Amino acid sequence: MKISVASGKGGTGKTTVSASLLSVWPDPVVAVDLDVEEPNLHLFLHPSISGGRNAFMEIPKVDESLCNRCGQCSSLCQFKAISLMGEILMIFPEMCHGCGGCIAICPDGALSVDFRDMGDISWGRWEKGDFIMGRLRVGEAMSPPLMRAVMARLDDRITASPADAVIDAPPGASCPAVNAVMDSDMILLVTEPTPFGAYDMKLAHEAFAPMNKPMGVVVNRAGLGNSEIYDYCEAQDLEILAEIPYDRRIAEAYAKGCIIADTSGEMRRLFTGLFERIRQRAAGGMEAAK
Amino acid sequence: MGKIAVSCEEPSLDSRIDPRFGRAAGFLIVDPDALTFEFIDNGASQVMAQGAGIQAAENIARSGAKVLLTGYVGPKAFQGLTAAGIKIGQDMENITVRQAIDLYKSGKVNMAEAPNRMSHGGMGQGHGRMGRGR
Repeated sequence: MKISVASGKGGTGKTTVSASLLSVWPDPVVAVDLDVEEPNLHLFLHPSISGGRNAFMEIPKVDESLCNRCGQCSSLCQFKAISLMGEILMIFPEMCHGCGGCIAICPDGALSVDFRDMGDISWGRWEKGDFIMGRLRVGEAMSPPLMRAVMARLDDRITASPADAVIDAPPGASCPAVNAVMDSDMILLVTEPTPFGAYDMKLAHEAFAPMNKPMGVVVNRAGLGNSEIYDYCEAQDLEILAEIPYDRRIAEAYAKGCIIADTSGEMRRLFTGLFERIRQRAAGGMEAAK
Repeated sequence: MGKIAVSCEEPSLDSRIDPRFGRAAGFLIVDPDALTFEFIDNGASQVMAQGAGIQAAENIARSGAKVLLTGYVGPKAFQGLTAAGIKIGQDMENITVRQAIDLYKSGKVNMAEAPNRMSHGGMGQGHGRMGRGR
């Protein structure tokens, strides 16, 4: 079972929830940080990293002596990563989405494969199990290709030896967030009872709903703000699986890099309860999908 | 004198200059001596999610114009235009195409050495990772 921990709004507590869920999750479970633009799960799990590699996107390079300036590559490219400027074929590597269309369409064999560094994937073990994370190269604008490389690594790991996975997803409701959750058996939406939390959770819920996956909500900082998210969840039949109270002690523990579920018996029970409800919901969802 | 491309709001010499280059409504390709022109519609670039400046630069290069008068040019479009041998007069705003042509003909337009807009959308912002002409 793969669970992704997502949110519309950033800073609602995805990593807090991911780390605590991992702490109560029965073995074997793989911890995955797919928030590659700002990975931080490792700050809570303290894994020992045993390996890593860079991930690359295939981009075109041109052999000008073979290029007949026909412009087919330039017309094909939707992102203008390759462009015929008068007689000069220009390549803008950072605009390329790596589709390979220009290389395939070139009638003169003038284009071949070059590589753009997307960032790195690293792996290792933390106290309870395997750990995998991606870290986007500073300056790189596209995160989904690196995220897919991290997910491929996770799939290899799970195929080699079956395990559950808890995925710390990036915030938002656009391509990176959708990429992070699309392979999951269930999506947890972490939110907070504020107007921002409500607005962004709605966007994320709308973005993820067409995937027809079981979804559940974790309310963080419960006791703060207004009732908007509760009204929305009720209207949309979204189950609230856990509420983490708005409590200074939790903020202090988080700031020290502690896993919240490990700070008290009460917190441990809260996350064990969350795990049980996830297991029931995900099992129901997987049954329904069959 | 060679043809001059001017970013414009509508197909007329009395149109106001559209100060945006990549997302201009269109371009007048003007013969500065006869004051005849053709209009290039840039609507397709206006709706592009990214690469509008590069697309517009490609259109200008194809038009045969050797000079461009406009408002703001970003780094990738600037690089493309320069590679195609097009000279750029920028910072033009709140004047008509006709007035811009007159200014250019009387030598009152400083031709640009560098782009006057930063890249946007997080694409290679400000650290010189621009496309290489090759």
